Amino acid sequence: MEYRIALAQLAPRLGEVDANFELLAERLTAALTEGAQLVVFPELALTGYLLQDLVPEVAMRADDPRLSALGGGAPDILVAVGFVEETDDHRYCNSVALLRGGAVLSVHRKLYLPTYGLFDEGRFTSEGDRIRTVDVGPPIGRIGLSVCEDFWHPSVPMLQAYDGASLLVNVAAGPSRAPGSAAGLVAIAGWHKMQDTYALLGTVPIAFCNRVGNEEGLTFWGGSRLLAADGSVVVEAPLWEEALVVGTLETDDLRMQRYGLPLLADERLELTRREVDRIIAARADLPAADEPR
Amino acid sequence: MTDPEATPLPAIEPAQAVDVIVGFIRAQMAQTGFGRIVLGLSGGVDSATVAFLCARAIGPEDLLAVRMPYATSSDASEADAVRVVDALGCRTERVEITPMVDPMLAVISDGDSPIPSDALNVRCGNVMARQRMIVLYDRSVAFDALVAGTSNKTEALLGYGTLHGDMAAAFAPIGDLYKTQLRSVAAELGVPSEILDKPPSADLWPGQTDEGELGRSYDALDRTLFALVDRRWTLDRCVRAGLDRELVEWVARRVARMEFKRQLPPVAKVSLRTPGIDHLYPRRRPGSRR
Repeated sequence: MEYRIALAQLAPRLGEVDANFELLAERLTAALTEGAQLVVFPELALTGYLLQDLVPEVAMRADDPRLSALGGGAPDILVAVGFVEETDDHRYCNSVALLRGGAVLSVHRKLYLPTYGLFDEGRFTSEGDRIRTVDVGPPIGRIGLSVCEDFWHPSVPMLQAYDGASLLVNVAAGPSRAPGSAAGLVAIAGWHKMQDTYALLGTVPIAFCNRVGNEEGLTFWGGSRLLAADGSVVVEAPLWEEALVVGTLETDDLRMQRYGLPLLADERLELTRREVDRIIAARADLPAADEPR
Repeated sequence: MTDPEATPLPAIEPAQAVDVIVGFIRAQMAQTGFGRIVLGLSGGVDSATVAFLCARAIGPEDLLAVRMPYATSSDASEADAVRVVDALGCRTERVEITPMVDPMLAVISDGDSPIPSDALNVRCGNVMARQRMIVLYDRSVAFDALVAGTSNKTEALLGYGTLHGDMAAAFAPIGDLYKTQLRSVAAELGVPSEILDKPPSADLWPGQTDEGELGRSYDALDRTLFALVDRRWTLDRCVRAGLDRELVEWVARRVARMEFKRQLPPVAKVSLRTPGIDHLYPRRRPGSRR
């Protein structure tokens, strides 16, 4: 069975939540006319990225009616959107919500907050502590959500693949580290290689949506793309500029890819867990547990 | 002195850099709600490059290039500045700073000559740079414009500029471009070749050149800065790769000594929330838009 995914590569306005809701609603309408069943927006699409102390001003709860209104008019359409989430106990997380018909199906809170070099996320937002997948029913099946830097830690996409994901969705706000030189393009190529590899090793399609535009001195690079379960590129957005790209995935491709390359079926998770337990104990200089817990 | 392969000049993709900087300038205008830019145009490659970038970003009719010669400024510099204005078709204005600067020079110089000794050269140069800043910020109100900075990365790292003078600006389009990268970016933009080919000079006194004043070539300085700053090399590694030890030590010392010019002044924290320490916001946000 075929299904269509739209990647809405856009430039949110920093701190202007209302204006961003309008921008997203407009792009959502355009994606629906393209026949998309899942529309993916970038990390922090509703708020912009370099928020610093604006975080509590732009934060919203996952059940905020403004979020519900997004896509509420199209009951069968899935929408993935990045925002600042305020939890019940007032943690502020860089989250991505998966919505359908205005209902929140799942929220993933960014696990790895880069706080080095040009990044300072850990100072202003709190890290999530769950790696999950959510079943959205046919044709897509189970979706594994993640946010930008989460993908630089292979445990995240691979655990989601082991957990049954039939589609990985990564939303990003990636600033180029050297946009004026070849070094910047090398860094972008690194991002793309990494996604190719996860698709191949996880035998799972990947939808990656990165933002564009400028904030302060940073330039966000875009390059959103949809990969099939064999790691091939289905559709790719340009670098640097806004775009709405739509691609089609075929569920039979996933099925046959996993028959021909049964990496997930062959995976030895208990072996991985034993060795991870041993490494955790060794790094803390503790005796290893006798039995896997 | 240098092994060109082991210690290369910083690379640049000129067309890509132009796109990034033009996008940056447009974003600055959008975030602030300004539609116009004013800058000081000396006739040198830095301000010419910024003028070309700004004209490309917002159009020449919204760019005001102010020429601000002093009595001793070279005629060739001004001719080059006019070349830029003619090439772009931007707005321009000439404000000679001599009558504003000379009374101050009379205060700080003890003899008849306005610019007598080396020690006074720096003070006089600072007065001129700050006077130009006063003119630019006055025109920024009259023209309803933001002041574009024309400092480059080599100058910023070496602190080769006047605090609250040529370093004063609302945004810095070429602040991450080394001097040696600027020439290829300028060529990409179509900056007239007369400007690209002449020796860089602050033109604060007759015969002054940057390389003469710094005592090193931009080629050597940029190779050294690129190794120390961008590649995070130790001094020893720079020397092992073929850079001159005296040069490397001079550059490293100067980068450290000039840190104060690249930062806002520290605030003595006495309250619960202090600007710059734990009151941190993006420079432009909804409430700051005009």
